[in-house]
Amino acid sequence: MTLVRTTFGRRAFIKRVGLAGGGLVIGFSWLAACKDATPEEVVMMPDEWFEINGFLKIGDNGMVTIMSPNPEIGQNVKTSMPMIVAEELDADWEKVFVEQAPLNTDLYTRQLAGGSQSIRQGWESLRMAGATAKHMLKQAAANSWQVPMAEITTAAGVISHEASGNSAHYGEMASAAAQLEVPEEVEMKENKDFSIIGTSRKNVDGKKIVTGKPLFGLDTYREGMLVAMLVHPPAFGMRFKSMDAASVKSMPGISDVFTFDTYTEGTRMSFADIATFNTKVAIVGESTWQVMQAKKALNVEWEEAPDEAYDIDLFGRILTTEYPSGKENSDSHSLGMAETATRKGNVVRKDGNVDAAFKKAAKVLERSYSCPFLAHNTLEPMNFYANVTEDHAELIGPIQTPEFMEKSVAARLGLTLEQVDIQMTRMGGGFGRRLYGHFLTEAAVISQTVKRPVKLVYTREDDMTFGNYRPAYYVTYKAALDENNEMTAFLVRAGGIPESPLFANRFPAGAVENYQAEEFTIKSNVSVGAWRAPRSNFIAGAEQSFLDELAEMAGKDPIDFRLELFDKAINNPVGENNDYEAERYAGVLKLVREKSGWNSQQNGKHRGVAAYYCHNSYVAQVLDIAMVNGQPRVDKVYSAVDCGIVVNPDAATNMIEGGVVDGIGHAMYSAITFKDGAPQASNFDKYRLIRHGEAPRGQEVHFVKNDIDPTGLGEPPLPPVMGALANALYKANGKRYYHQPFMSNKPLLG
Amino acid sequence: MATYNLNINGQSLSVDVDPSTPILWVLRDHLGLVGTKFGCGIAQCGACTIHIEGSATRSCQIPVSSIGNNKITTIEGLSEKGDHPVQQAWLEHDVPQCGYCQAGQIMTAAALLNSNPSPTDEDIEATMSGNICRCGTYTRIKAAIKTAANSGSLS
Repeated sequence: MTLVRTTFGRRAFIKRVGLAGGGLVIGFSWLAACKDATPEEVVMMPDEWFEINGFLKIGDNGMVTIMSPNPEIGQNVKTSMPMIVAEELDADWEKVFVEQAPLNTDLYTRQLAGGSQSIRQGWESLRMAGATAKHMLKQAAANSWQVPMAEITTAAGVISHEASGNSAHYGEMASAAAQLEVPEEVEMKENKDFSIIGTSRKNVDGKKIVTGKPLFGLDTYREGMLVAMLVHPPAFGMRFKSMDAASVKSMPGISDVFTFDTYTEGTRMSFADIATFNTKVAIVGESTWQVMQAKKALNVEWEEAPDEAYDIDLFGRILTTEYPSGKENSDSHSLGMAETATRKGNVVRKDGNVDAAFKKAAKVLERSYSCPFLAHNTLEPMNFYANVTEDHAELIGPIQTPEFMEKSVAARLGLTLEQVDIQMTRMGGGFGRRLYGHFLTEAAVISQTVKRPVKLVYTREDDMTFGNYRPAYYVTYKAALDENNEMTAFLVRAGGIPESPLFANRFPAGAVENYQAEEFTIKSNVSVGAWRAPRSNFIAGAEQSFLDELAEMAGKDPIDFRLELFDKAINNPVGENNDYEAERYAGVLKLVREKSGWNSQQNGKHRGVAAYYCHNSYVAQVLDIAMVNGQPRVDKVYSAVDCGIVVNPDAATNMIEGGVVDGIGHAMYSAITFKDGAPQASNFDKYRLIRHGEAPRGQEVHFVKNDIDPTGLGEPPLPPVMGALANALYKANGKRYYHQPFMSNKPLLG
Repeated sequence: MATYNLNINGQSLSVDVDPSTPILWVLRDHLGLVGTKFGCGIAQCGACTIHIEGSATRSCQIPVSSIGNNKITTIEGLSEKGDHPVQQAWLEHDVPQCGYCQAGQIMTAAALLNSNPSPTDEDIEATMSGNICRCGTYTRIKAAIKTAANSGSLS
């Protein structure tokens, strides 16, 4: 039995009960929203809801509504987080409704979609919420039946007392339970008793998605709403100079054309704010098409921006970022990184003496790898609805960081936090792009200016040319083998524009006697940010490609070669702070070796392998390529994943499959380049994303079964597959791929 | 501005808009049919796919003035109860991640199966390659199309 202390404040609870007048809590937003419910849902609607705690409410007929606290970007937390609550509640999943929770950081833990941390960091509070409610329902039943609570059992939404023969569904006890005090301690289930966690449950929004119901920010329409669009500078290093607004103000449906500053002097910005292109032009009108026409017609003059620097509040630490003036080019970006990497960087970690080891080496291998900037390209472009009045801001839309944006938008509008209401919609993709909520602030400022509700809509071109891109990275590896083909030294020198992708304490740190990690950075005015599996999304593939080439030089099987290194890390680790568990790392490699039949002959298939650890999870992949009409085609990908307990296996499998496709696609085809500061792709005609015919023909996903609390899932499958891909391509056509995108006709390097 | 009487999902609907307005924005802004999505605006991503006389068409490129009496079907009208074999197969395979592209994928797939009830893998890849799924659910989309094709309930 696991007892945990509850953290629901007694005071807050009493306040809610008082609010309800005798414990009946009705009239929740869900009822107001029920016009979107399917006919079956309407039939099941209870007459009254009883709020047990902020995570759930129970209807008089036994229906349960569970709040999903975190933003949904396609990672499926809107299904998996409520599953965790339902598990401890012993709810009947068929009688559960799920509702997107409001932003309430007093009640919910970390309402953020990022770092693959929703389930990991919500695990305990979600379970506690369910267990607390179950405890109170049992207590209510014990009081009602005058029997000891310890004798009461629950299953699938029914409370029973065997000895007396009493039984009731949750709805019958909900009113009484809602009036009880929150217990100080509640019991949580043993993992072996899980009946919902670990079973596959369908996406709770599935029916709405396949029938085209409004779910996304862009689907927001309100009475009296205007549409707003932006014009931002055409190139990084440029800023607004002047415009001829009068010529478009008279166009049909157009009501306003003006410039505004997203952030004003002295605004405290967090990591979720971007000051790039701070002055923008807003065009406001009646319909999207009319505003699009005005946007095309508007003449704006731009000028070169000076050197700029901004302070960002990074979780209490003030970080100044410099944006040098100038119009940058991808060619010089690439050459700059390659040139800088020839010199010693800033040494972040040093074990033993790599220089001495290289002198004594029997063989030395040195290779360099690079990748370009990438746009996020969420399929739903940036957008937000804002209705800002003198004392209130209603903000509805897709945002991964509502908690952070609430603070900065309140400051920008001159409102208090209480006056700002951010409502989270389902997001048409995130991948990190919507961690940066300037579009929310832009919509709010425009609404405040025109004194009307507005929906800000980015065109695809706006979205792609004002990215918060994945930085361009570069890494040089150098390794030494002795006469027994044992690795004796490993040097990694990683850098990028404007940040380094280095993880100094990750593998193979700890597995080699002489190890040195160096980094370098190059300043830029191109705005960058987190992109699915930041830094890992490049360094994993580079490292795993290098190890593949090193294994070949050592004359060893690439899996055996890695396992030997993990043995060393397990039995005789080098240094401290090694940021991985070697047993689990080796575990996924062994699992993928078994499941892919690695040691058996594969006719006509060319195989590559890779493994990586990030976001607290381990993924190993074997990727098969078949040559079709002389072109490489990914035939099958096997993934072995250790992410602890898997909450919703089929949905988790979907996430891994998607990460694999995403990783293959970007490594093969995607890039955004710059000429005189201007992005050279602005839509999907020039920016190549992976399509159906390029995706793997098949995938297999295997999870390591263990009792470890859940860890990351959304990001970990992407990084290693880039390495497995490069290694399989080498087997297929004898060519090593060092520079992404691999299928570019004109790679920037190599 | 001009008035157009449109045949959408079996209903006759009237709008007063600029003749150049793409049917995508007529559906979304003027008729409240938001299931058809805006993704790129240049017919490269397929998120806005609808049926015009049964053919899968990118609605972002079709001005309302060119529709005439042609019958339009959107995701909202693909089936009365959301139970078209393709929609059912999508639910069975739990295809969506973010879900934004899926209406377009479903509309393209439904039109494919209408003209080719037993598509090969190559047929599916060729037809579906105009629809981007940024989340990478291609593996499941293909499986769902095969399930729908084999369901025996295509009409």
